[in-house]
This record gives sequence, C-alpha cells and structure tokens, in this order.
Amino acid sequence: MADIDKEPVDATPNVTEVATVDAASEAEAVAAIDAPVSQGEPILQVRNLVKHFPLTQGVLFKKQVGAVKAVDGISFDLFAGETLGIVGESGCGKSTVAKLLMTLERATAGEVFYKGQDITRLSGRALKAVRRNIQMVFQDPYTSLNPRMTVGDIIGEPYEIHPEVAPKGERRRKVQDLLDVVGLNPEYINRYPHQFSGGQRQRIGIARGLALNPEIIICDEPVSALDVSVQAQVINLMGKLQDEFNLSYLFIAHDLSIVRHISDRVGVMYLGKMAEIGTDEQIYEHPTHPYTQALLSAVPVPDPEAREGRERIILSGDVPSPANPPSGCRFRTRCWKAEDKCATEMPLLAVPERFKGLDSPAAHESACHFAEEKDVVHAA
Amino acid sequence: MPEPLSSDGAISPAGAGGAMDLAMAEGASLEKAPGGPQGTGPAGRPRSLWSDAWRDLRRNPVFIISGLIIVFLVVISLWPSLIASGDPLQADLDDAQKGSGPGHPFGYDPQGRDVYTRVVHGTRTSVTVGVCATLGVALLGSVLGGLAGFFGGWWDSVLSRITDVFFGIPVVLGGLVFLSVVTSSTVWPVVGFIVLLGWPQIARIARGSVITAKQNDYVQAARALGASNSRMMLRHITPNAVAPVIVVATIALGTYIALEATLSYLGVGLKPPAVSWGIDISDASPYIRNAPHMLLWPAGALAVTVLAFIMLGDAVRDALDPKLR
Repeated sequence: MADIDKEPVDATPNVTEVATVDAASEAEAVAAIDAPVSQGEPILQVRNLVKHFPLTQGVLFKKQVGAVKAVDGISFDLFAGETLGIVGESGCGKSTVAKLLMTLERATAGEVFYKGQDITRLSGRALKAVRRNIQMVFQDPYTSLNPRMTVGDIIGEPYEIHPEVAPKGERRRKVQDLLDVVGLNPEYINRYPHQFSGGQRQRIGIARGLALNPEIIICDEPVSALDVSVQAQVINLMGKLQDEFNLSYLFIAHDLSIVRHISDRVGVMYLGKMAEIGTDEQIYEHPTHPYTQALLSAVPVPDPEAREGRERIILSGDVPSPANPPSGCRFRTRCWKAEDKCATEMPLLAVPERFKGLDSPAAHESACHFAEEKDVVHAA
Repeated sequence: MPEPLSSDGAISPAGAGGAMDLAMAEGASLEKAPGGPQGTGPAGRPRSLWSDAWRDLRRNPVFIISGLIIVFLVVISLWPSLIASGDPLQADLDDAQKGSGPGHPFGYDPQGRDVYTRVVHGTRTSVTVGVCATLGVALLGSVLGGLAGFFGGWWDSVLSRITDVFFGIPVVLGGLVFLSVVTSSTVWPVVGFIVLLGWPQIARIARGSVITAKQNDYVQAARALGASNSRMMLRHITPNAVAPVIVVATIALGTYIALEATLSYLGVGLKPPAVSWGIDISDASPYIRNAPHMLLWPAGALAVTVLAFIMLGDAVRDALDPKLR
C-alpha cells in the first residue's frame, strides 16, 4: 500500500506524450483561453473525469497489480462568477479532483473543458496560458509557502513565471498592492512565512493565487487548517475578493456549514463519484440521496432543544477501499435502503424519475435508485 | 424553531455573518497597525534568501573564526615555506622521537624529521584530499541523488540499486584493489577513489531530502503557476533539501583525510616521499606511549581542520534557515 501514498505526490510531469499539438492550433488554443466569458456561462465543464492511481509491486521491474480509483467518472459544470462547493469525507477524491483541474495530475480518462479547450490534453504554451487563468489556494498554509522565500518572492513568483503579466519595474508595487488587497501590511514584503500566523499565511497564499488575475480559483480545503475565528475572516475575505475580481470558485471542503456559507451550488462526493449536486437550498433543505442525508444529519446543531428532537442517521461500517469499490452503487454497502438492484445497476447522476417535471427543489441531480426527500436538518 | 443552517449562511458553531465581518475588519486593521502609513513607497530594498544569509553570516563569530582558519590553511597549503622554511624530508636519526627543543617546537618524528615542518608541509596534501574529495562526493552525489529523487521512475530504481552495490564494497579492500593498479604518486588517484566510493552515501541523503521537499505544497503551487522543472529544482527544492547534505559532507571531510592516512599506511595511498598528516599519524601511532607528541601534533592539525569545516557548514546551514534568524 505504500505505493498509493507516493503516487499522488509524484511531481514528475509527463508532458511529452501529449505534445502533439502543432504551433498553429496551440496559438488558437491560447487565443481561446484568453477570450473573456460572460457571467452565468459555464467556464469549466468536467466530463466523466477519471483518475486511477496504479498499485505496483516489485522494486526494479514494477508490475501493476490494481488501481486506486480515486476519481471514477465525475461530471459537473462551473459557471462564471459562481462558487461550486464540493463536499465529502476524507478519501472520497475531492483533492484529486482539484489536482486534476489544476493539471497537477494527468487524468486517466475524461475531459475538462475550459472555454472549449480540453485542458487535460494541453501542453506547453497553451497549458501555461490555462495556468494563468486557473489558480489554486492550498489546504495547509504551513506547507504551501516556501519557508526559504520572502513574502515578496512568494507573491512575486507568478510574475517571474509569466513575465508578460507585469513588467519588471512594476512587480514590487503589484506585490504590495496584493498584500493590501488581502488585508496584510504591504511593509511585510521582506518577511518570511514563519513570521506570520496561520490566517495571515493563508492570506499570503490567496494573494499568490490572485497575482495573475485568474478567472477560476480552486480552493482545496482553504480553511480547514485554521482556527474557527480565523476561518470566518478568510472565508469573508474570499467572498469579498470574488465580488471584486469576478472570480469563480471551486470550493472543496468537508465542513458542510462553511460550504453552505460560501457556495451557490454544492456537489456531494462519495468514493470517487458524485452522489448529488444542486443549489445549496436543494442540497441542504431537500436532500434526496441517502448519503447526503446522513452527512447532513451529522452537522452539529448549536441549539440543544432542536438537537434532541432530531434524527441522526448513523452509518455502519467504514468507507470501502477505493482500490476495490463495491459493484453497482458505491454507497450500497452502508445504505439502509440498499436492495438487489443497487448491487447490479450503477445509479446515474440525473434528476430521479419520480421528481422529473416537478417544480420542486427536490428535482435535482441525485445518483440514487430510491431517491426521496428526507428532512434531516430540522427537528422532527 | 431555530435554523442552524439558515440560508444567510451562519458558520457553525456560532456567530452570524455580521459578527464575522466585524472580526475580519478588526483582524485586518490589527495586522496593518504595526507598519507605517500605507503607500509610503517600497519597504526598503528587496531581499532574498541568499542576501539575508550573507548578512547573517558576516556577523556570525562561528563563521568568521572557521573562515579565518580555512583561509589560513589554504594559504599555508599554497606557500608552506611562509611559516616553515625547513625541509620536511631532512632526517637525522640522532634526533628520533625527541621532544620539543629550540627551533623545533613540535619535536622530532621516529625518523628524526622536524614534526613542525612536516605538519605545515603536510597541510597541502591533507587539505587537497579532504576538500577535493568532499566537493567531488557532494557534487556528484547530490546531482545524481537529487535528480533521482526529483524525477523518480526507472532512473531512481537503477540509481538506488547502484548505491546498494557500492555500499557492499568494503572501503579498505576496495582501496587495495583500485589503488594498487595506479602508479601515480600524486593525491588524485586517492581523491578519485574516495569520490567513487563516497558519492552513494550523499546520493541517498540527497534523494531522500529531495523527495521530502518535493512533496511539499509549495512545490505543487509552483507547478500550478506553470514553473519549469529547473525553477522548481533551483528555487524551491534545492534550498530546502541542501541542509542534510551540508552536514554529512562536512563531517565526511574529516573521514576522508583519515581515509587517506589509512590507505597510505597500507602502502596504496601516497607513497613515502610524500608528506601528509595521515602518513605522519600512521608512522607515529606505534610510539604513542613513548613519544605522544609525534602523534598529537598532526592529529591536532587534522582535528582543527575538520572542526573548521564542520563549523563552517553549520553556520551556512543555519544562515539558510530563516526560522533561526
């Protein structure tokens, strides 16, 4: 199993194998990537994205003995200017989705269309242009900043990699402006990351993400390493920046309340698959997938009286290994509604038959054969 | 009925959005407080890791002392007659093993040669072997190991197996085999042999620390920005992976000087007319009880040299770690 842990962090880029794009179509791709997208249009379209990490045996001659199906065919759209939240428990593939969208990992199959360009197949100049427009904020502010670079160097690095964005003389000024935008003192430019608190470090990470003026920011659990009071500051800062710079966020988290606070739409992932996706009201007030209902019933309720009357759904067992997921529905081994059909037929992510055509908030995409509404948030 | 997940977005466990905005505004103003007014121009000269490290080193007494010792050693290796005008090979058996006397502060060795002159003249060989072998081992080992750690794949597998093979070769036996076929009487075959056998140790350390550094999010962040492999290696991985290599290399420097002595003692290192601390230590070791000065002076010179390099390596390593500033 040691190999599973190693694979996802393997930084070796294998860009050569897709370097078949000729210069003309590359220039075309760059032009398409630089074109603006109007509010409300899909800016990122993910189609059947798959990432399998091979499990290998042997020291010198590696032999593949299986695969960890970290992400196994997920599809969704991200619209310009919106925040799409992705929730799910540890190991369900959320962070792998982020890495795939950043092309930090190469997808095993499937497509990610950014303004019509499939970014999983881009390389060279076109990929660099995409990277200018899609940036990332990392989970751990303690490892995402190089301890041996000054804040000025960290936030200024994007300009060194993309020199066309800012001429040399202006970079320092721009870095200081960015520090100001994220609520840090511009005088801190010569300090090192260890001289800052966790929340301040995350602001530095956000400033680095903003430096190239991207359209999409992928946030991989940006606040889960921070104190609750600081979480609120950072989340509110991100909300403010979204309005200011017209950003689209893909917001990955496991804290349901934070996701609801910031998201316009929410997707729920379980074991490499999307279980349910809809607007925050549809997901939080009218969940139809049993996994979503179980997740929501675990959200802490600050009111003791309301807490007593409420039903908690306690799932039995553990999440199955993604190397050997259950047949049919991924969730069937822990689901109280599971029947024979669930083991043989994989439920598709679509509006369930019984809700089709209804003008109800329950009519949203849910990957369950027996989807039905269940109010788990409010007291019975 | 309370709504813990109300749509205007309260974050659990408590607190409304308004309170959070307040908290944020407060946090932001607090953070800005210590600095002067905004927009008063750039905050001084831009600084970088290396310029900060150099500023730090210039004020570090450990660095200054070790630096002076090393400069002194280099000067007397180049021009030993500056402080010892005698001939290190001139012997008078009448004086054998005698203690210090006028004009001969360190006494005489078993052949009746002046220990002071020999220690000074031996500096060149010993420092050359130590410094060149260490540089060779560190460069070869960290480049090969670092690339293996960074790129992984088959090159990493092959390199790891090669280092396993080299670890299996006993140093002394290897020296006997390798150096007995070499006829040159210079230090270079010895340096070459040490580099050949020494690089796998550094390669393993470099590989390990590069793999550790590579897994950090800041390397992923640089890639996400579109950084090239060389930028990631030079700006992000090398500064964060170099510390263990510096430590091991500086400690190994002393071992290499001692290894040269061992090989010379076995008759495969430097051949007799050559002068080195290692040869003198080997010659003197049978007489340690009768005339300890013959051993202590060259051994002391060796200890001071090794210590100077270790202190230098330590100071450089600390200066490259901003957390210790």
